[in-house]
Amino acid sequence: MPSLLFCGPKLAACGIVLSIWGVIMLSMLGIFFSAKSAVLIEDVPFTEEDIRDDKNPPQTIYGLYNQVGINCFIAAAIYVGVGALSLCQVRLNKRQEYMVT
Amino acid sequence: MLVSLEIIHHLGYLEKEMVKSNTVIAATKEKEMVPCARDVLELESTFEKLEQELREINRNHAALRQNLIELMDIDSLLRMTEDFFEEPGNQRCSPNELFIAGVIKQERFPAFEKVLWRLFHGNFVLRHAEMQATEELQAVRGAVKKDVFIIFVQGDHVREKIRKVCEGFRASLYSCPKTLYEPKQMSTSVMTQMEDLRMILRRTEEYRAGVLTRAAEHVQEWGSKVKKMKAIYYTLNLCNIDITQKLIVAEIWCPVSDLTLVQSALIKGSEQSGSSVTPVLNRIQTQQTPPTFNRTNTFTEGFQAIIDAYGVGTYQEINPASYTIVTFPFLFAVMFGDCGHGLVMTLFAVWVTSQLTDVVIGGRYIILLMGMFSIYTGLIYNDCFSKSFNIFGSSWCVLSMFHPHGPWQNETLHEYHHLQLNPFVPGVYSGDPYVFGIDPVWNIASNKLSFLNSFKMKMSVILGVSHMLFGVALSLVNFVHFRKFQDIFLQFVPQLIFMLSLFGYLIFLILYKWCITLRSETAPSILLLFINMMLFDYQSEHVLLYRGQVVGSSLVLAGIVGGWSECKFTLSHLQNHDCALQQKWLPTAPGVSMGDIFVYQAIHTIEFCLGCISNTASYLRLWALSLAHAELSEVLWRMVLQVGLKISSGMGSLMLVVLFAAFAVLTVTVLLIMEGLSAFLHALRLHWVEFQNKFYEGSGYKFTPLSFDSLLKTQQ
Repeated sequence: MPSLLFCGPKLAACGIVLSIWGVIMLSMLGIFFSAKSAVLIEDVPFTEEDIRDDKNPPQTIYGLYNQVGINCFIAAAIYVGVGALSLCQVRLNKRQEYMVT
Repeated sequence: MLVSLEIIHHLGYLEKEMVKSNTVIAATKEKEMVPCARDVLELESTFEKLEQELREINRNHAALRQNLIELMDIDSLLRMTEDFFEEPGNQRCSPNELFIAGVIKQERFPAFEKVLWRLFHGNFVLRHAEMQATEELQAVRGAVKKDVFIIFVQGDHVREKIRKVCEGFRASLYSCPKTLYEPKQMSTSVMTQMEDLRMILRRTEEYRAGVLTRAAEHVQEWGSKVKKMKAIYYTLNLCNIDITQKLIVAEIWCPVSDLTLVQSALIKGSEQSGSSVTPVLNRIQTQQTPPTFNRTNTFTEGFQAIIDAYGVGTYQEINPASYTIVTFPFLFAVMFGDCGHGLVMTLFAVWVTSQLTDVVIGGRYIILLMGMFSIYTGLIYNDCFSKSFNIFGSSWCVLSMFHPHGPWQNETLHEYHHLQLNPFVPGVYSGDPYVFGIDPVWNIASNKLSFLNSFKMKMSVILGVSHMLFGVALSLVNFVHFRKFQDIFLQFVPQLIFMLSLFGYLIFLILYKWCITLRSETAPSILLLFINMMLFDYQSEHVLLYRGQVVGSSLVLAGIVGGWSECKFTLSHLQNHDCALQQKWLPTAPGVSMGDIFVYQAIHTIEFCLGCISNTASYLRLWALSLAHAELSEVLWRMVLQVGLKISSGMGSLMLVVLFAAFAVLTVTVLLIMEGLSAFLHALRLHWVEFQNKFYEGSGYKFTPLSFDSLLKTQQ
């Protein structure tokens, strides 16, 4: 079986730091989007038609908020995967260090 | 000390040999005791022995190698003559014929051939062949190509000529067998000789490697010992030798509180070295200025370092480092103000402080404090990665602007793109400001910058004037300590009154305007107020900020103070002048008159007054940098992360993953490292120039005792 190690120790450590930051920040963003925070209104992709043609305001906007929130949660889940991968790489790097010396 | 120089020489040679033969040098971790005089001789003899051994080994090695090269040459020569004799027509050679065989560098061969032609006019046979370049040959000799040649000539007398020619071309000649059988015999004997030589060479190399490895275990320990000895001898050389040639007298600076420590260390040293004389410690009076010594621990070390970088304090002057521990991170944070970035910085500093405890990075506590203060100012500016938190509920309510409370209708929304909330409509503004920090509603307002700019500019002026007043107050402490009581009256008081009357009044205006309720259309501008005050321009149609605002008195006060400080400098100079004349210290030139002193003092006063104004304006960089940081942060969010958030389809999450990585990298490089460095530098400049020129002289020199740790660190 070919070696599963494909990045050096520094890249793996950066990966872990990035994933932790990504998980925390994206999940918090997801929570805030689901809570329909007003400060994040500019990040929601609504158009003029959405507001004008809304039969039951503000449900369209709320729907869009929820969608973006779910996107954030999915991205956070992907970062959990990336973090696990980086953790594996770190462990493999450490093991290789022991074997060489 | 000649002794140490020799030792260092030997040590250098040893280390070079080790590097050449790729020996691994082991690192020592234990702290060795300081070597005494006996160790010097011991080390010296060890080094000499080692060096001699190594030199001998190298000499032998070189000689053996030379032998090997010669044998290889003979070997290939023999092979060539074999080939030559096996050719038909060359079996017989008459007794008069003689042949000479040798080896020459390939590039020289054509010239060699030409010379031979000219000498013998073709009466000779020359055969040459390129020597086989085996791997071993190349390793031993290098990449030089050589040719083997045989010359057949007639006549005995030509032998000398040929020999001379070969010498001129630096070809090496070898004796050659004449019959068929001899080559084979010679060949075998040469082979055996070569095998023997190769074995000997291998053994020599192994022996050398062994010697070097054994030495490599100790070389680092020796190195540090030698460095310590050298430092000790250098320091001892700075002392004087007593007339009896048996004692060393040293005049040292020493902190008063450490005198007992020094005494006990001297006694311990004399006991350990076994001398019969007890050392004597005396305090003596001196006219020289002592060095400045500030005791620091790992926490305060960094802050003391940044103060000393500008100028070491004059002896016994007040040390601003203790206040810098708070003011420096605070001014940094005012310029950095983002709690998300502050959090990242704090976490990084905590990691550095906990993980890298052996490598002392002086600035880690500074960064930790900068990060923590940045979180605080980030909460005040309500800015986290350019978004605000609404924790306590905003004080502004948009709903109240609509019918029936306010003027807006449904059509208003369709007509206008920008709408303004009117705080005087009941219900729009709750009357109580946001509990902590800036109201989150400003984050989504399009005139956010006009509000924030005004706020940050006024805040910078307030912070700047407070910082400078604090500096002036510290100068009072200096005057009291050095007993210059007249200076308190003549310098400190005028400075204080000048600053308070002008800038203190400005701060009062700012705070007053913040506290009262005004209609924004008719609110008077503080800047215009101030300018009009200076120009004595009190038109009645201007709206007054408060009743009885005509404050010519403030300006008059400032004017009195200006004149007062001028008198002060004049008086103090006159005093010095009188003293000098009385005691005949200064040979004053006869041309120094009252007029000169007057002009000098006038210039000095104007310099101080203008300096105050320019320094206050300099503090506006607090506003400028915090604006730059906030805008950069917002641009990064809008251009990078928002693009990913606005994609509502399924691919949105994948794009978000990629874009978040880019956002994180750019945040760290641009906003944390670049902006952090920039804010650090500007906060430092504010301390060094605007704050410290109110009280700090900084003309001392640092107390530098002999320290082995710092010595080994700098030389590594």
